[in-house]
Amino acid sequence: MVDMIQRCKALFAILALVLVAAMPARADDLKPLVDGLGKNGYAALREAVGALAATGDPAVAPVLQALGAGDLYVRKSDRAVFAAVKADGGFSLRDPLTGADAGTAGSRDVEKIRVNNAIREAVTTALGSLTLMSPDIAKRRAAAADMFRNGDPAQIPLLDEAIAKETDPGIATTLQMARAAAVLKSEASDADKIAAIGVLQAKGGRDVLAQLTTIEAASADGPVKAAAQSALTSIQGTLQLWDGAQNILYGISLGSVLLLAAIGLAITFGVMGVINMAHGEMVMLGAYTTFVVQELIRNNMPWLFDWSLAISLPLAFLVAGLVGVLIERMVIRYLYGRPLETLLATWGVSLILQQAVRTWFGPNNREVGNPSWMSGAFELGNLTITYNRMWIVVFALVVFAALMLVLKRTAFGLQTRAVTQNRPMASSMGIRTPWVDALTFGLGSGIAGIAGVALSQIDNVSPNLGQGYIIDSFMVVVFGGVGNLWGTLVGAFTLGIANKFLEPYAGAVLGKILVLVFIILFIQKRPRGLFALKGRAVEA
Amino acid sequence: MVTAFLLRALDRRTAIVLIAILGVGILLPVLNLTMDPSSPFHVPTYVLTLLGKYLTYALLALAVDLVWGFCGILSLGHAAFFALGGYAMGMYLMRQIGDRGTYGNPLLPDFMVFLNWKELPWFWTGFDHFWFAAIMVLLVPGLLAFVFGWFAFRSRVTGVYLSIITQAMTYALLLAFFRNDMGFGGNNGLTDFKDILGFDIQADATRGALFFASALALAAGFWICRAVIASKFGKVLVAVRDAEGRTRFIGYRVEGYKLVVWTLSAMMAGVAGALYVPQIGIINPGEFAPANSIEAVIWVAVGGRGTLIGPIVGALLVNFGKTWFTSGMLAEYWLFVLGGLFVLVTLFLPKGVVGTLLARDRKKPVEKPIEDVVAPGAVGQAAE
Repeated sequence: MVDMIQRCKALFAILALVLVAAMPARADDLKPLVDGLGKNGYAALREAVGALAATGDPAVAPVLQALGAGDLYVRKSDRAVFAAVKADGGFSLRDPLTGADAGTAGSRDVEKIRVNNAIREAVTTALGSLTLMSPDIAKRRAAAADMFRNGDPAQIPLLDEAIAKETDPGIATTLQMARAAAVLKSEASDADKIAAIGVLQAKGGRDVLAQLTTIEAASADGPVKAAAQSALTSIQGTLQLWDGAQNILYGISLGSVLLLAAIGLAITFGVMGVINMAHGEMVMLGAYTTFVVQELIRNNMPWLFDWSLAISLPLAFLVAGLVGVLIERMVIRYLYGRPLETLLATWGVSLILQQAVRTWFGPNNREVGNPSWMSGAFELGNLTITYNRMWIVVFALVVFAALMLVLKRTAFGLQTRAVTQNRPMASSMGIRTPWVDALTFGLGSGIAGIAGVALSQIDNVSPNLGQGYIIDSFMVVVFGGVGNLWGTLVGAFTLGIANKFLEPYAGAVLGKILVLVFIILFIQKRPRGLFALKGRAVEA
Repeated sequence: MVTAFLLRALDRRTAIVLIAILGVGILLPVLNLTMDPSSPFHVPTYVLTLLGKYLTYALLALAVDLVWGFCGILSLGHAAFFALGGYAMGMYLMRQIGDRGTYGNPLLPDFMVFLNWKELPWFWTGFDHFWFAAIMVLLVPGLLAFVFGWFAFRSRVTGVYLSIITQAMTYALLLAFFRNDMGFGGNNGLTDFKDILGFDIQADATRGALFFASALALAAGFWICRAVIASKFGKVLVAVRDAEGRTRFIGYRVEGYKLVVWTLSAMMAGVAGALYVPQIGIINPGEFAPANSIEAVIWVAVGGRGTLIGPIVGALLVNFGKTWFTSGMLAEYWLFVLGGLFVLVTLFLPKGVVGTLLARDRKKPVEKPIEDVVAPGAVGQAAE
């Protein structure tokens, strides 16, 4: 038996170099091993599984899978093993290695190979080690991670072999760690174990922390325990730093969402001084525009789906901007200089818009999909960053920069600033102030609309979408300082990061309450916000 | 001194309004209790409860009007005071349940048993007694308003900034009361009440008494507001509303005036909430919603801010409209109507219904508003 294993191992080493063309030849050599599964008794079966695993040949993986699933049968006449499925009255047989059809058999002619839990475990381990040799990188990576989690001392020789063969540096590291974890659980010498701890410590991370904690608890007092303890402290220290980084990252992500929601308000409230309680509904309109665009694309031209957001952006800007201009022309322009009345009237507008959307699209959440380039995540050190969060941060900053450019570098921006600073003077210089008012309000609303496109990617698109953002947006603008776009930027990220740092200690809800209380107190201290305007504009 | 302060405000118009409110407060429960259900004069209990709710809303509107209409402070957080008063009453009512809850625990309310709590949190002590709860109904909203106002007015946070931070305050409370660990029943709030002062809370007579108490509270609130407005203090308030800077330069300590009227208003809202809860039978964190505060503001705007009858009329009109709309086929359109009200009233009726009527009949200012005040009766008949 052992002889046979050795032979097959050597055989595999050669065959691994010869690729797919060699399949049939290999199948012939594996056949006796597969038939070994047909021997009576669990012990023999386990040995046969081990023999198959030892070949390290990916071709035996389906056989082992079939065994684990209970699909392997042995033919009584010649003790040959087949994968079989029930077919009218009997079984249709297939070769377990190649999947080739092998005729049929009556239900009396074959016997199921029964497995118990020990066998199942052996199959799982064997499959894990097999995939270590798989030519597919993703499979190897998953298998290596699996080996690291299990840390089975019996696998050390196999791991050594895999490490020697591995070409991908990332997988090789994981394999080294898996080997270290296995060594720590084996009966190796203290020096080996301490070296293994060194390997793990160098890598760090949460998985290692968990592994080392169990090892530290399990090992007796001595140099190994001490080494494990010092490694634990060092890893925990590093992890704390990573946690801080994680919080900052989440905070930036939340801050960018706040910035997106508040940036339009920074125009309408901050620059124009109009309290627009319907601002959240502009965001909602943008999100629903995205929904409609995606729906049209899904039904008519699915291949455009990855472009749906790019198409939605200008449309959302137009829809929300147009509604904004309408609101300004029909309601707000009669209320300039009466901020409290504006507040009430725009609240009324927000109720009407919400109900209109509810009547039109129904009260339930609407499904807005992520294009492929926004789904998934990537790793940065110990941090996982999802693509949609990352793109939203980028998008928020781009929108902010674009808005700055419009206000500072275009004729329209100049007129807007002139009108807000001194309306009669601007008017006497020939600026059509009502026109500028309407367009500025439209700009603020339109930006809320494109914020809606971005928020539709991370939030539920429902008629209440806007309400969730209105208080937060006002807080950001008031905190940052009215009339100052930079204040809005700083305010959004400060509040976002503060929120995320409070969350681990206070919980999500209490964290939010604390931030609200903080802002209320902050406004007492600096009623005009973080970056207050100075001079005459303040009194206006 | 207090008597003199109140009596001075008792002119003919005020007296008529007070008598009208109290008259309705006595008449409807009597009609409910004595008339045979088949009689056309019988007032069903559910109408009584509904109107009782309207009366507490009217008191809330009065409280909002006192600060907004006469002192220029637009509060978007009065629902917070209303709900706090409601919670204080709700806690008393919870203690009255005793061991009749689902879990039959004589010491703890059901939701605490459910959360596996072993003993009553410290802030629940004392709520076994009605007098304690009654004090808390005034004290808790009053204290919150005092602290909030003391900070806000001293640092001269005014206008929309104040409105926004009042909204943030009620929003923060909303989030806080939703938490189970707060010990106020979390999401579900306080409900399943049995007794109030030993009387069955479902009984018609108790309902009638609660209705009368609401009318009494509304009348008292109206009288107090009237007295405040008629006094020299009230004149300063109006001056603050119209020109805060000038009032300050003349030498008045504006923040003190604001703080007093703000705290008084919050206590009135607390009383309104305390009377609301036993009639509705539940108090939950939803009452803190910023939208509720803003709705109270629209009652005042519809009725006419800066008049004391206006908010009462507005609260009754808008809520009657809400009941009528949301109970029928038109339920879906109620938000359109409410939203439209906000827009149209601010654009075309800035003085509100009562204010506009008063301005038109300036030469004979007495008759018109009083007819409006009889509205509770009219509403009652219409609801039948």
